[in-house]
Amino acid sequence: MGNERISTDRRDFLRKSAVLAGTLLASSTTQPFTALLFAANEPDKTKPWYAIGIDIEKCIGCGMCAKACKLENEVPQEPFFYRSWVEQYTLKNDGTLSVQSPNGGIDGFTQTVPESEIFKTFFVPKMCNHCAKSPCVQVCPVGATYESPEGVVLVDEKYCIGCRYCIQACPYGCRYLHPVKQTVDKCTLCYHRLKKGMTPACFEVCPTGARIYGDLNNKEDKIHQFLKVHNCQVLKPQLNTGSKLFYNGLSAEVR
Amino acid sequence: MEHLYEMLSKVDGYIYPNEIELHWGILIVLYPYITGLVAGAFILASLERVFKVTVLRPTYHLALLTALSFLIVAILPLVSHLGHPFRAYEIMTTPHLQSAMAIFGFVYLWYLMVVLLLEIWFDYRRDLVIWASQSKGFKKKIYQILTLGVNDLSPKTLSWDEKLGYFITVIGIPSAFLLHGYVGFIFGSIKANPWWSTVLMPVIFLLSAMVSGIALVMFLYMMVIRFRKVKIDMLCLDEIGKYLFYVLVLDFTMESLDQVHRIYEAEESFEILHMLVNGKLNITLFVFQGLMGTIIPIILLGIFRIYKPSEKIRRPVYLITSLLVLFGVFFMRWNVVIGGQLFSKSFLGFTSFKLGMIGAEGFLMAAVWLILPFLILSVFLWLFPPWKKHEEGELGLKSHLSNKENYYGNGEN
Repeated sequence: MGNERISTDRRDFLRKSAVLAGTLLASSTTQPFTALLFAANEPDKTKPWYAIGIDIEKCIGCGMCAKACKLENEVPQEPFFYRSWVEQYTLKNDGTLSVQSPNGGIDGFTQTVPESEIFKTFFVPKMCNHCAKSPCVQVCPVGATYESPEGVVLVDEKYCIGCRYCIQACPYGCRYLHPVKQTVDKCTLCYHRLKKGMTPACFEVCPTGARIYGDLNNKEDKIHQFLKVHNCQVLKPQLNTGSKLFYNGLSAEVR
Repeated sequence: MEHLYEMLSKVDGYIYPNEIELHWGILIVLYPYITGLVAGAFILASLERVFKVTVLRPTYHLALLTALSFLIVAILPLVSHLGHPFRAYEIMTTPHLQSAMAIFGFVYLWYLMVVLLLEIWFDYRRDLVIWASQSKGFKKKIYQILTLGVNDLSPKTLSWDEKLGYFITVIGIPSAFLLHGYVGFIFGSIKANPWWSTVLMPVIFLLSAMVSGIALVMFLYMMVIRFRKVKIDMLCLDEIGKYLFYVLVLDFTMESLDQVHRIYEAEESFEILHMLVNGKLNITLFVFQGLMGTIIPIILLGIFRIYKPSEKIRRPVYLITSLLVLFGVFFMRWNVVIGGQLFSKSFLGFTSFKLGMIGAEGFLMAAVWLILPFLILSVFLWLFPPWKKHEEGELGLKSHLSNKENYYGNGEN
């Protein structure tokens, strides 16, 4: 009796709906939302997956890293464009904070706060965090910003349309518009050197060995030792960018 | 690059060294402003068509043509702002679908081609055929081309025009919501920027879009009536004023909710945003957007809800209100776009913004982009005058025509 009341059309509709719902459910278990949420792919375990470690306690603020970066990568010399820079943080006895980065630290630093007023002071080298869930990769409307198989975030300057949405999306201020090329530029972890087995310029020149990079897929790599012996933190962890730039000795004031 | 050196000297506190230059200037202020006007004007038109607010009939076609004129221009400041405008097509050919911005080309084309052009075409087809037979020379050619060869004026075909036009308007309403809610999402989804990143952003953008679009049609209706030297339909104007009031109140509520929420939660970014609104955005936010663009119009329109003075008083008040609202919503966009880039993402300082006079990103160019849609609209009104449309006749449009004398101010004086 019940069967007679359900028309074939409706039965068909119900069946199709069930199939559709089932398919959606099944596909959601295989790719649980990551495709929508994150721009990046899962790391390829067969290739290197680079991360960076910076030891703030070792940085002396010489600015060689920022200088070498500009030279190596032909970053415009004007003080508005940086792939890499150094910040000087000075926490005063009265609890106020002073931060400076004159010319990105390339010319070195002069402490402007009298010594008697200083509670503590330290340098923080900054560069692209090569996030695993990069907001910049996510927002690029044409896919000109992408992640290399090694987890390095790159920009295809032949494809970038110069909309600058990625500059807005980067929480760390690591991107700029190249004044001549009119495309967005950023740290490539000296990808051209990496591919030849060479060390990125800023790592090469650091006199105190404050920065290292390594392969997260290789358990023998020095980056694992760095992460094991130090209490490391990333910048702005609340934004869940999957930053792969780990700082040892990062003070809470640093953003 | 001299302007950057000048800005360098105006940096207040600490900003990341790449943050001196504001990357989205006046052109990107215009983009949500103009698209908002489109969406708002369309929603006003759909009130008449779908929700049968027949008293708004005099503004129906004007609203549609306004939406089209502004939509044509909407994309121009956006493309001209790109570092590589000639690569703009990439956004359509190889869209990166995880990007909120990638969908813009499709949303834009959908709205332009499927919604606005089709709706206007179905609405005007009969008139195009009639006008083609009555005109001469250049105009005749244009009308003939625009009929696309469909010259059938049989009642059956005309009733199909009406049905399809209605159907498209029904699709058009969610499309208008999509178009502008989506523009809000472009900003609201940037988690790096606490001034933008709020789930209310699409809602606020949409409501302020409706506010600005309604105000624009109100202003244009009064202007058109003045140029044609005909009698204005006060019933219609009052009705627009009523809707403007309601949406303004809703918009104000949502924007206040956003601010109250920010203040009460007082997250990490609270101090810098507090300094931003009380400092660099002081005038544009509290005076231009808040007082002039919202509070005064709400009070003026609110008074008319309770007490209606004579037409002589109401008309100039409506005119001033519409201009104030348009001015206020412009600065709402300004406060979002420019304001969101004035503070550093280090939350430790500010950069500055100076609007230049000349150049592609200057004031004069922005003025051109804002004046252009009005010129396009004048051409449209010359070619497709809503007041010369053949409304009456064989079609079942009588329901719209109960106030016929007043339509388009036909009662000439």
